[in-house]
Amino acid sequence: MIAVRGVRKRFGEHEVLRGVDLSVARSEVVCLIGPSGSGKSTLLRCVNFLEAYDSGEIRIDGYLIGYEDTGGKRRSMSGRKLRDMRREIGMVFQHFNLWPHMTALRNVAEPLLRVRGLPTAEATERARAMLARVGLADRAEAFPSHLSGGQQQRVAIARALAMQPRLMLFDEPTSALDPELVGEVLEVMRSLAAEGMTMLIVTHEMGFAAHVADRIAFIDQGRILDDGPPREVFHESREPRVREFLQTYHDRNSF
Amino acid sequence: MSFDVLLRYLPSLLSGFGVTVLCWSVGGALGMAVGFAVALLVRLPVPPLRWLLRAFVEIIRGTPFLLQLFLLYAGGPYLGLRLSATVAGVLGLALYSSAYFAEIFRGGFASVPRGQIEAATSVGMSPFDTLVRVSMPAALIAAVPPIVNLLIILSKETVVLSIITVPELMYQVQTMAAETFTAFDAIFAMAIFYWLLVEVVSRLGRRAEDRVTAYLAPEGARA
Repeated sequence: MIAVRGVRKRFGEHEVLRGVDLSVARSEVVCLIGPSGSGKSTLLRCVNFLEAYDSGEIRIDGYLIGYEDTGGKRRSMSGRKLRDMRREIGMVFQHFNLWPHMTALRNVAEPLLRVRGLPTAEATERARAMLARVGLADRAEAFPSHLSGGQQQRVAIARALAMQPRLMLFDEPTSALDPELVGEVLEVMRSLAAEGMTMLIVTHEMGFAAHVADRIAFIDQGRILDDGPPREVFHESREPRVREFLQTYHDRNSF
Repeated sequence: MSFDVLLRYLPSLLSGFGVTVLCWSVGGALGMAVGFAVALLVRLPVPPLRWLLRAFVEIIRGTPFLLQLFLLYAGGPYLGLRLSATVAGVLGLALYSSAYFAEIFRGGFASVPRGQIEAATSVGMSPFDTLVRVSMPAALIAAVPPIVNLLIILSKETVVLSIITVPELMYQVQTMAAETFTAFDAIFAMAIFYWLLVEVVSRLGRRAEDRVTAYLAPEGARA
């Protein structure tokens, strides 16, 4: 469903992605882990072209995103085509990025109205159903500033899901949350995974990754160093860098 | 202090105040509209247009209002632009304030967090819808306090219009002072009128601010 091949990306002098290959099959859940600055968020943002990659290719269901290769030459994709692709890809951000001047319900309904072109009644109905799904039916009329971080993130997930995307990208969805609010967000993600949603997740939640992911990809300095089932990456990795990284987690979480 | 003089001149003071309010409100509204248009056009990816608008803003902000007003009123006829004093006054205020309004709105747009725009982009929202539904409301909300502030400043800038003989409050006050030699009374009357106007504007502004930021107030505190 997602096929990343030889993707490179540089910010000025710094090459953030140095030839990344990664694939995610339909209904697969893949967690991207790695130290900060390793390029994992950049890679995720390249998948829906929020960030333009410099070379290589990223295909969604076989379709190249962001560029059009015609006659051996590469051109930027038209805005319209890019939008058509993006609306099939849900994205959840670290800082939720809800629209603060809209209620929870409106946040979820707005893309349905503007992008899917649904009539108001239908958009509202679907938005309500989505909020109910993430356990927030009773907070539909609340503004984001009146919601806890965990609730805001669940609204953000509902907003993405309401578009009925074919895959979901999560960019450190629990990193900005108080520890006791992490669980409610992970619970929603777990149920999504159980329903067969294709998911690519950048996370530091190793426990969640170990239990829910089909595969773990470890990325460091713009390269994927290890990629395999959680058991293998977490316990049998031959990469010293991976073991070192995981050791710091074990050290911190053993008490 | 002689109240009989004040009473005698009350009609002309009131008419001056009326002219002041008229010039201020029409000039301010026009300036706000032009400023908003400038702030929007500057965002278009057309470099020559951007330079032109930047230059406009810098020139207006870099020169005294009095000078701009003179050029418009006295210099206008040389370009075939023959304006009455009041029309020149209103247009002058509009021109002058539009540069400041443009900067206020530009700041408002700049204050919209990138994440909110990325969220719109990620669901496939068009640039137009993103502007109208996401950026603009947030930018306008952020702009309300500086807008009220500028409107208050502008209300007092109207005194400059007296120089080109617009019969506004300052003009009437000067007339009264010159005819009756009651400088203090005249200035006192003027102070009262301006203070009244500013008080009303700032109260309305505070109310507008509370209203547009209601979504930030504690839950249940909303009207």
